[in-house]
Amino acid sequence: MEWDWAFVIQILPTLFEGVKITILATLLGSIVAAAIGLVIAIVRRSKNRIVSIPMGFVAEFIRGTPLLVQLYFIFYVLPDLGITLSPLVAGVIGLGLHYGTYTAEVYRAGIDNVARGQWEAAKACNLSSIQTWTQIILPQALPPMIPALANYFIAMFKETPLLSAITVLELMNQARSIANYNYRYIEPITLVGAFFLIISLVSVVGLRWLERRYGRID
Amino acid sequence: MGQWAGYLQLILDGAIVTIQLTLMGSALALVMAFLAGLGRLSRFAPVRWLATAYIEFFRGTSIFVQLFWAYFVLPLFGFSLTPLQAGVLALGLNVGAYGAEVVRGAIKSIGKEQYEACTALNFNRWQGLRYIILPQAFVLMLPTFGNNAIELLKASAVVSLISLTDMTFQAQVVRAQTGNTLVPFLTILVLYFAIACVITFAIRGLERHLTRGLDGIRS
Repeated sequence: MEWDWAFVIQILPTLFEGVKITILATLLGSIVAAAIGLVIAIVRRSKNRIVSIPMGFVAEFIRGTPLLVQLYFIFYVLPDLGITLSPLVAGVIGLGLHYGTYTAEVYRAGIDNVARGQWEAAKACNLSSIQTWTQIILPQALPPMIPALANYFIAMFKETPLLSAITVLELMNQARSIANYNYRYIEPITLVGAFFLIISLVSVVGLRWLERRYGRID
Repeated sequence: MGQWAGYLQLILDGAIVTIQLTLMGSALALVMAFLAGLGRLSRFAPVRWLATAYIEFFRGTSIFVQLFWAYFVLPLFGFSLTPLQAGVLALGLNVGAYGAEVVRGAIKSIGKEQYEACTALNFNRWQGLRYIILPQAFVLMLPTFGNNAIELLKASAVVSLISLTDMTFQAQVVRAQTGNTLVPFLTILVLYFAIACVITFAIRGLERHLTRGLDGIRS
């Protein structure tokens, strides 16, 4: 089989439609993961063991099982319980939940890095626990975490092709449908690989910049 | 109840395929991790470039794309792979690229005095690596290797999409035949988690075994 540039140009617009969905899913998934991770991290720190231990187990369970199966679970099981989600929404929830358990560890490390004296000072200033978190701890803990968080978002980006398994029309699914329709696999699948490689290499450069900008711990 | 026993058997058959894939993929990943990790530390620039290209390529593209490439595109170049071979190849090469960075990081973290001691003992590069550096570095690599093995186990679910009858594939079969979604998927989630726990415990045990007698020597 020969590489055919005319075919490449012919399929590029369709692939570009897929790229848009891939990027949309990554962005939404990142937002969900960032939020869920923070919730998991804070709940796991709770002194109330009735909430912190089950949350720890749930997080470990989600982290120890495949994203693909979780996506199937969200997409096929929840409708039985009366919750019907569109494929993209199910995919974003799956990505966000799965990577939320990873980002929770990043938050945990970042929060542990805030000096003890800051907690004591917050208590001495008579701040409530909400004020302590939002005014004292998180503003100091978040900036050093940014590179590590970005790292996971890049990893998530590379997992988005899994969404094709639950019929989201993202890049991989577009490429497969082109390949099946024309019975040419080389160009679509190679282009998908090239696209991921380019975005990943560019994002590595971005990551280095984030590390220089925020990664220092003074 | 009798029919569920049959379906459970189906899922357990899939579990065996998943375990096979995980073991063979991990073996390939381990080899690739050492080859590429040591390659990046090589004195010869072309070897370093080759290792860097391998690592960046496999870490930069998605496992999913690599698997499809191995299964659908390679046959067009004359390499026909069975789904199992394609799965092991893609999983092993992908996770090996991540492992290579672990190998490199662990070797780099060994103190300079150890290398000086190698020179002082008149060890050549290979001897120093084999008897002094790697035994210390390997212990540092183990926990991360354990995590990588779990990543590989989770990534192995993807092979169900190239019609390999692993656990996820069998769950889909059971779902299609019974119309019940909750039971098969919950079963395999628990099984995946159980396998991941076994990996964690095995690595922890191995680490304890290898560091026995090193207390107080390791900082």
